[in-house]
Amino acid sequence: MRCDNCGEREAEIHLTQIVDNELTTLHLCSECAGEKGVPTQVGLGSAPLTDFLAQMGKGSSESTLALEGEACPYCGTTAADFRRTGRLGCSHCWAHFESKLRSLLRRIHGSTQHVGKLYLSEVDEEAGPDAHIGTLRRRLERAIELEDFETAADLRDRIRELESVE
Amino acid sequence: MMDRSDVVEDRGLDWLAGDGPDHEVVLSTRVRLARNLQGFPFAIRAGVEDRRQVLDRARTALESSEALAQPELLVMESLEPGDRRLLLERHLVSRDLIGHRDEDAPPGAALVMEGRRALGLMVNEEDHLRLQTLLNGLQLTRAWQEVDRLDEELGRRLPYAFHHEFGFLTSCPTNVGTGLRASVLIHLPGLVLTKEIRKVLQGISQVGLTYRGLYGEGSEVVGNFFQISNQTTLGKTEEELIDHLATIVGQVIQYEKQARAILLREAPTVLEDKVGRAYGILSHAHSLPFDEMMNLISGLRLGLTLKLLRTPRVETLNRVMIFGQTAHLERTAGRSLDEADSDVHRAAFVRRALAEDEEAARTSRSGGEAPAGSDGEDER
Repeated sequence: MRCDNCGEREAEIHLTQIVDNELTTLHLCSECAGEKGVPTQVGLGSAPLTDFLAQMGKGSSESTLALEGEACPYCGTTAADFRRTGRLGCSHCWAHFESKLRSLLRRIHGSTQHVGKLYLSEVDEEAGPDAHIGTLRRRLERAIELEDFETAADLRDRIRELESVE
Repeated sequence: MMDRSDVVEDRGLDWLAGDGPDHEVVLSTRVRLARNLQGFPFAIRAGVEDRRQVLDRARTALESSEALAQPELLVMESLEPGDRRLLLERHLVSRDLIGHRDEDAPPGAALVMEGRRALGLMVNEEDHLRLQTLLNGLQLTRAWQEVDRLDEELGRRLPYAFHHEFGFLTSCPTNVGTGLRASVLIHLPGLVLTKEIRKVLQGISQVGLTYRGLYGEGSEVVGNFFQISNQTTLGKTEEELIDHLATIVGQVIQYEKQARAILLREAPTVLEDKVGRAYGILSHAHSLPFDEMMNLISGLRLGLTLKLLRTPRVETLNRVMIFGQTAHLERTAGRSLDEADSDVHRAAFVRRALAEDEEAARTSRSGGEAPAGSDGEDER
């Protein structure tokens, strides 16, 4: 789709507005959107992923250059790949593109910190008991809430085991 | 676990009964959780061997599952293209899962579910696992609990990719954190007719929710059916996301009911005419495009909740919405149908469905039982 304003570039921003009680949708390229002062970086409705990806492609700032150069060491995904698809290639990408992703997450979700369910893998458990007793207790409480007594019994045993080590 | 490639017939249609909470406005509630396994690249980078191993892991983890009684594994590659499209039309799988070409499905892609209940998971979609459920009416908390329980079990058996700050890791940053997307399929003819819908939709997008049409991302709104879902997945707990959506949907339901009451009071003739015409066309048309059918069904659904019609039953309308789609019509016809043929078959199917309900209502009336159109099924 071409930009409604310049009619040349590909429209990347789709702005839906209500003017005089009429719903109108403007399709703009990022340049024209910028000139028209369309707020492309605030609010949840402004397709932050698209903006972010467009920005990653733009330019000559140092951080962008650094990012362009290095592919994820595990799966080989580059910033250009991410820009093209909007998808990360593996869980290691999250660490590799961490700082850039953090600013993206702030714009998409308004936060970078997960506060929902915790996950404790068997592998993590070997890292040391103390850090995890609190986590296990939280999961135990949740299991009881859910009346998932099998999990609850499991968790209770694991907490006891860890406590007896102390 | 059984590998089923032969039976798709009645899969995942439990919600069609049309008797769930707030069924006058809400058709169904869906919750999904995105999860990925440690040690495998995400789908976009995964090779065929990775995908097969992910499927094997999921299959093993589901053996002797307690969250899923008798789970069935439907491997997309082993299904006929027609069966895959049936699952798509029932909203049990996504287009990504069955692939964009009819001839061959993506390797390792599978749907796990238990019979008529829609609780289960997609394997090798955009994320390794997409746990999901679909319930009748507005049942957000229950839907979340079902999926959560399955997640707890699978999380004990499979190594999930989890990050201390970002939470459950996903291929797309819009899903990271909780990986939770809850959505409600809602019918808003009152707000559309009273032209209040824009305000309501605008309000929805201002409170961290999003809406779209019936068939997922980017789809057009047909038949006044909207899907409202959470936009953000990170920075709030699952319960907060669910509660917030439930609160806002509750308000939208109230607005819709008010709008219907106003229409009935201020413009009863217009409303009766609209409903009556919809019934007339649906019960007499001989060629019926899908979008037209959906828009007319919207009128019937409105007429039923306002007691302007006695038949058909809501369940029949739900059934028509699913079985009036092309892959379902082709299954019934036993052959592939081009667009014109589909429209003819669809019209015949709808005429028959409406006539059957009329007949049933007449029979029950002459038998001196419940009044027509409310044979007990709708009243529950």
